[in-house]
Amino acid sequence: MKLIKRIIQGILAHLDIPLFLIVMALMGIGLLTIYSATSSDGFWKLDKQLINIAASMIVMLAVARTPPQTLMRFAVPLYLLGVILLLGVALFGIVVNGSRRWISLGFVRIQPSEIMKIAMPLMLAWYFHKHESMLRGKHFFIATLILLVPIAFILKQPDLGTSLLIGAAGFFVIFFAGLPWKVMFGLGAAFAAAMPFAWTMLHDYQRRRVLTLLDPTSDPLGAGYHIIQSTIAIGSGGGLGKGWLNGSQTHLEFIPEKHTDFIFAVFSEEWGLLGNGILLILFTLLIGRGLMIAAAAPTMFSRLLASALTLVFFIYAFVNMGMVSGILPVVGVPLPFISYGGTALVTLMLGVGILMSIHTHRMLVKK
Amino acid sequence: MSDFHHSEQDPDRFRKRILFAGSFVLLCFCLLFGRFFYLQIVQHEYYATRAESNRISLVPVMPNRGNIVDRNGVILARNYSAFTLEITPSKTLGLEETIDSLGEIVEIQLKDRRRFKRLLEESKNFESIPIRTRLSDQEVARFAAQRYRFPGVEVKARLFRQYPENSLAAHAIGYISRINAKDKELIDAGGHEANYKGTEHIGKIGLEAHYEFELHGTAGHEQVEVDAGGRAVRVLSQTAPIPGNNLTLTLDAKLQAVAEQAFGDRRGSLAAIDPSNGAVLALVSSPAFDPNLFVDGIRFDDWDELNNNPDKPMLNRAIYSTHPPGSTFKPLMALAALTTGKRTPGQAIADAGYFNFGNRRFMDDKVGGHGMVDMHKSIVVSCNTYYYVLANDMGIDNIARFMGELGLGRRTEIDIPGEATGILPSPEWKQRRFKKREQQKWYPGETISIGIGQGYNAYSTLHMAHALANILNYGKVYRPHLVNTITNPTTGEVRVVEPQPVRQIDLKPEHVEVIKRGMAGVVTEGTGSRAFAGAAYESGGKTGTAQVFSLKSGQKYVAGQVKERLRDHSWYVAFAPVDKPKIVVAVMVENGGFGAQSAAPIARQVFDYHLTGRLPGGPAPEVEAPEADENTELIEEAIDEAD
Repeated sequence: MKLIKRIIQGILAHLDIPLFLIVMALMGIGLLTIYSATSSDGFWKLDKQLINIAASMIVMLAVARTPPQTLMRFAVPLYLLGVILLLGVALFGIVVNGSRRWISLGFVRIQPSEIMKIAMPLMLAWYFHKHESMLRGKHFFIATLILLVPIAFILKQPDLGTSLLIGAAGFFVIFFAGLPWKVMFGLGAAFAAAMPFAWTMLHDYQRRRVLTLLDPTSDPLGAGYHIIQSTIAIGSGGGLGKGWLNGSQTHLEFIPEKHTDFIFAVFSEEWGLLGNGILLILFTLLIGRGLMIAAAAPTMFSRLLASALTLVFFIYAFVNMGMVSGILPVVGVPLPFISYGGTALVTLMLGVGILMSIHTHRMLVKK
Repeated sequence: MSDFHHSEQDPDRFRKRILFAGSFVLLCFCLLFGRFFYLQIVQHEYYATRAESNRISLVPVMPNRGNIVDRNGVILARNYSAFTLEITPSKTLGLEETIDSLGEIVEIQLKDRRRFKRLLEESKNFESIPIRTRLSDQEVARFAAQRYRFPGVEVKARLFRQYPENSLAAHAIGYISRINAKDKELIDAGGHEANYKGTEHIGKIGLEAHYEFELHGTAGHEQVEVDAGGRAVRVLSQTAPIPGNNLTLTLDAKLQAVAEQAFGDRRGSLAAIDPSNGAVLALVSSPAFDPNLFVDGIRFDDWDELNNNPDKPMLNRAIYSTHPPGSTFKPLMALAALTTGKRTPGQAIADAGYFNFGNRRFMDDKVGGHGMVDMHKSIVVSCNTYYYVLANDMGIDNIARFMGELGLGRRTEIDIPGEATGILPSPEWKQRRFKKREQQKWYPGETISIGIGQGYNAYSTLHMAHALANILNYGKVYRPHLVNTITNPTTGEVRVVEPQPVRQIDLKPEHVEVIKRGMAGVVTEGTGSRAFAGAAYESGGKTGTAQVFSLKSGQKYVAGQVKERLRDHSWYVAFAPVDKPKIVVAVMVENGGFGAQSAAPIARQVFDYHLTGRLPGGPAPEVEAPEADENTELIEEAIDEAD
């Protein structure tokens, strides 16, 4: 009896209740929506997602108990492992759907770019933390290199979505480390200036692809089909939605990838603007809580890591909802905590676990 | 670089950035909310409509095609429902594998695969394409038990066209086959595209083509809820299709069968018309083909066989093959002479056996001639000289004008497509026909051969039967027609294809009597007497022979065939009974020799059945080539006079 009590106390000690409740709410919405999206194929996907949630929860709890100092020790090895695996993918990777993203380790297939989603902010946070007392321009330059090497590999796979997310994660660390505004604007301006030149370098078919990305309606039966159908789903949902399990776009299979990347269209059709508002509030709370944790974090490492990871949640959510509602180009990004899929969920909950660890260990460090 | 100094010593700076990031997040989420508001509130109507039109699809429901029955109700074309196994290629998990594993449950032959492949190339991606037609009940049951294994494969009940009498009257009835680009144009031009949305077959030749829009019916619609793959999930509402109209023909299937059988394996054609109203009683083109071959899409080897057969079974000889009518032209010439006043019945010529014109001599078939020949005798003995002189007296313009009035050299407007105009020779025709000036000139000598049905003259059997029917009807011209009534199966309303005379030729009854008596004489005492020996009715007729001078260019020289293919074409035009004709026939047997030899016996069997109900035992026999005075027309000799 006492033992159980201690275990529960141990768990609760490192659990951030607000964060936990928000994530639970999001996952609950995810389960409801997956149920609706996959009801025609039986319920095995729902069962599997429940297992995914349980597994990711254990990961979260385990990480939450691990002190940030210990996490810091993983930064370099994890980053190097990630780079080596990416190199391995480039050399011996398995091609699935035209992209070389997976590598087989004999007993299991893994997608090394997934490791990078955590390893990258971890590595950069560690790097800045190490040079905390004397940050110079060269440190920002080296940090940029640390960021660009794996991204180059991932872009080559090709996997635009993931490289954007990892790039963003890394950029957030550099940003919070204090990259001067001047430099950011300078780089931004240079990038913008280079665009017209880059455009003239592209082949016709590449330009067309970019244009379809920007305006899907120009290719209504090809690349634009997904976006047109998901926009119809959202729009037809109206203020209060068609009701759970009643989305015609969903249940007549007009929405592609309806339990993964396009799950937001399913939710939006059935729950309407009201549901979307609630979802946006939940994500705002999640991010707010994350930023609060970052602001209260005692060390450079934990500050940078917490703030960057929080903004990663944001960028996932924003890019996904933006693409499904047709204001951003389509890149393969799931809606965090809602989309079906084990790997993404484990990575996300790892991030949540890190946030909790940073928060619940803050007093220890101060001492 | 001073910017970097102590940058992180200042926790304020980090807090500011956190604050900035938080504001940025809020801004972005507001942007998203704005987008949602725009889509879900402002544009809600628009997207709701689009979702509805996504969801609801109007599916055409095919009407039953009308049946075709003969004048006694014998079914010549009908529909039957059969199960087909169909594949929607876009929904399968691999087309080849699907077909392979289907092959383990139902029999799929190589030809099924080939046809499927061809249809696949023609089709749109979302269409389902039959891989097997006419599944047996067991096959349907076997598939149903395992259908979960085959996404994108369905059993459908489809209507198939069937021609139960097979090749009987195939050219007249025609067939339906898959709609091609040309048919599509026709449909669009007629404004029928909406009605044909779900239609796959269309009449290609014969009545099936001519009465396409009567037979087709009106498509109904089902409002169905469909999924993204276009599969119907449930029916929301329905308008029933209106079946096509049924055709009742003037054709007598039994008579048609007798006539076809009479030809045996000989090539040729026959047109039988009721002269009192233009109703076509039989229309034979021999050899024929089986229209059932075309319904599912004809197999390549069948098509090859039909197309390369030297006997050309696909050719509708009765309306499209034209030949000089030979002596069968003579009664028409005689009537022309009476009507134009160039001859009286009693006016006679002395036939010396030839007719000199310019420096040429036109020979009669009887050496020494027939002696004194009046009009009656000229028909009975088929005297060439009489008609040489007559043609010369009348002149080509008069001949052409009269024959044109009778209906020669123009389409009869029978209700099946593909009719030839034939050639009614005249100076105008020659001018149109030839390019070179010297060829365009009409030579008076050419008129002489025209008088005995040779020269440029070329008519189909339908032309000749039509012309004779017009005469027997005292100049009242009816359009030859195969359809008697069109019945609406829903309302039961019957429309009669009213036998309205289309025009009146100015003929005197007493002149027609002369011709009828002359043709009756042919049967009683002339060239038709053998074929009609012992007939239980009185008939009139006229034999004819068209010479085949040489094989047409491009036709292969086949040693064994030459002799047979160089024989003359055999003609016979006839009517019966003489008093009140109920039937007119024109028969042409290619390479049949003399008219009396092959063509007349066929007419005999047709008359026997039609007038007395007697069924023949087999194909019409060839009657032995009669006595020497039988006509080998067109013996033209140039007289070499010094010039």
